[in-house]
Amino acid sequence: MFEYAPAPESRDIVDIKPSYGLFINGEWVEPQSEERHKTVNPATEEVLSEIVWAGEADVDRAVEAARKAFATWSAVPGSERAKYIFRIARIIQERSRELAVLESLDNGKPIRESRDVDLPLVAAHFFYYAGWADKLSYAGFGPDPRPLGVAGQVIPWNFPLLMLAWKIAPALACGNTVVLKPAETTPLTALAFAEICRQADLPPGVVNIVTGAGETGSALVRHPGVDKVAFTGSTEVGRLIARSVAGSRKKLTLELGGKAANIVFEDAAVDQAVEGIVNGIFFNQGHVCCAGSRLLVQESVAEEVLDALKRRLATLRMGDPLDKNTDIGAINSAAQLAKIRELSEAGESEGAERWSPPCPIPDRGFWFPPTVFTGVAQSHRIAREEIFGPVLSVLTFRTPAEAIEKANNTPYGLSAGVWTEKGSLMLWAASRLRAGVVWSNTFNRFDPASPFGGFKESGYGREGGRHGLEAYLAV
Amino acid sequence: MSERLAVRKTYKLFIGGAFPRSESGRSYVVTSSKGDFLANASRASRKDARDAVSAARKAFPGWSGATAYNRGQVLYRVAEMLEGRRAQFAAEIADAEGVGARKAGELVDAAVDRLVWYAGWSDKIGAVLGSANPVAGPYFNLSSPEPTGVVAVVAPPLGSLAGLVGVIAPVIVTGNTCVVIAPERAPLPSITLAEVLATSDVPGGVVNILTGSAAEIAPWLAGHMDVNAVDLAGADPDLAVTCEELAAENLKRVVRPPAAPVDWLADPGTDRMTAFLETKTVWHPIGT
Repeated sequence: MFEYAPAPESRDIVDIKPSYGLFINGEWVEPQSEERHKTVNPATEEVLSEIVWAGEADVDRAVEAARKAFATWSAVPGSERAKYIFRIARIIQERSRELAVLESLDNGKPIRESRDVDLPLVAAHFFYYAGWADKLSYAGFGPDPRPLGVAGQVIPWNFPLLMLAWKIAPALACGNTVVLKPAETTPLTALAFAEICRQADLPPGVVNIVTGAGETGSALVRHPGVDKVAFTGSTEVGRLIARSVAGSRKKLTLELGGKAANIVFEDAAVDQAVEGIVNGIFFNQGHVCCAGSRLLVQESVAEEVLDALKRRLATLRMGDPLDKNTDIGAINSAAQLAKIRELSEAGESEGAERWSPPCPIPDRGFWFPPTVFTGVAQSHRIAREEIFGPVLSVLTFRTPAEAIEKANNTPYGLSAGVWTEKGSLMLWAASRLRAGVVWSNTFNRFDPASPFGGFKESGYGREGGRHGLEAYLAV
Repeated sequence: MSERLAVRKTYKLFIGGAFPRSESGRSYVVTSSKGDFLANASRASRKDARDAVSAARKAFPGWSGATAYNRGQVLYRVAEMLEGRRAQFAAEIADAEGVGARKAGELVDAAVDRLVWYAGWSDKIGAVLGSANPVAGPYFNLSSPEPTGVVAVVAPPLGSLAGLVGVIAPVIVTGNTCVVIAPERAPLPSITLAEVLATSDVPGGVVNILTGSAAEIAPWLAGHMDVNAVDLAGADPDLAVTCEELAAENLKRVVRPPAAPVDWLADPGTDRMTAFLETKTVWHPIGT
């Protein structure tokens, strides 16, 4: 591996306050809750700031503000709503370097990804849905589709600002108002977004940001003043939310876990497939619900693919997320690191063979090296459970029918990958995979125009594209 | 000369294309709207519900893999067979709902017409809901609807045939299979419909019909891990909450009971089809 000199992106561009309040009705307000917690840089464990864990009274205040704002915001003509959202998109583009650095600091993801993937997609998402705001009557949901009201939105820590964009952009375009809770370990870009709403002169109460952990989220989704609940996160929490809205008229969309199969057929272009496998599971440290965490490789090419994969993994650089050469950043939290370790140990104890490239681990922070398990059986925990880390489980198959059988042998159904040079085989496989997104000869591609969401226990509803509007309209 | 003694019909369950009695051996008395004895119907048990789910699951690959044209033809065939039994259905509806012969006939006609309407959707819904998405990169990107899987349906209590067709047709036309709990008080048209389905080229297991108590059977289906969705059209509020909570266990798609009574004779729109469809998006690079 070539030695590269460090090339860190400067963090001077960000201005992090020592503590933050809640963003309610267009203002920073002091919370009633006295619970405050620190958010740290997972690469160094350095404390970045202190945030509130909002209580029921705080959530109530935010929902109240959103309710009040709904009356006026839903009456704003679509063409005017569109202009606010376009404004937001532009401000994000203008401040994208700052937001990328902030995201990498708080989340641990490499700057290369926050700068080249997250932020461009965030801006594009607002830009895309801004254009829908005055065209809803052409979207196929009737001549005059109406908004739902107040959307309570709870998002995860893996793509903090991107998940915010996926939630807020369509909600506002359809005329809803929003109370959003970012994840407790990655609140900073959502709080920066609150400032962006002010810069855009968005009317007060249209977007409210309440920070906190599970209890804050629970108070939000259970609040009787919420008409719509949107959640991205674990299947376990998704179940609790689905149960909690039972018997209400709240509309619910859930984007939950996955255990995607990435299928490599024997005629695949090996070098391209290896790049796709790496991107599939090591992108964002594997903190991706649609990660290609199960590699299914045809037996006849398994050795060749695995050799090439191991050679490629030896060239990945793990370390400082702000270094522009870094491929793999830090694990987001100590808790997540413990979970990845626990499952990896289960993989070994259940009999799979563990391999990692030589990979120096920094002294401080939360780190886990890229890891490949071979000899994995379908019954192993590492083949069934979502690890949400840089851990790949390799299984083999002999026939296309066996590949599909194994790929679908999971309660999840979010995504899948297919690698083959044969068009008819690709379409055959894609039609049989029970997954909401199928990437063929590519992986982990996202676009605001492309609907995203799962089958089965990966949740319901779609985000992105025309389909994504349905979640925020009374249809 | 004595009057000829009528041969009474035994109404059984409809599971996997066959007509078994409940394995529990239970039955219950079905009366007309005036309280006269009509028949004994089977009272389905948990085991029957589970058998019905496994029949529906078994039928799913074939039915969802059939061409849309084929599914449309099969649904149209159901309409033809229903039309042929118009008199029988009209008599059963008149008994069950206490409506006059003319009204009962109209209700049968509405059910036939609704089947014809849905039959035509089989090869059009994909064009209406699907899309080629203009992503910002060299990729072909196509979204298309696919059936959710096995759907459990609590049929609406009234409008016994139009309501029944109104909940079954939209589920199966797109490739789902289903287990239907017939209206408890008026289950007979459901079983007669099963006889129509059994002779209409609908593969066994695509539609399974259980008679008995919705309060007893629906929770088993709502909590069943191999059911993908529940339609609570005919569930009362308490049952609906119970079922929705149980459905959360494997994240079933849930259609809640309607907020206001449904007019099953009015244009239903596409909602009952879209509720049981998943959007699949396929990406492929474009290049030389």
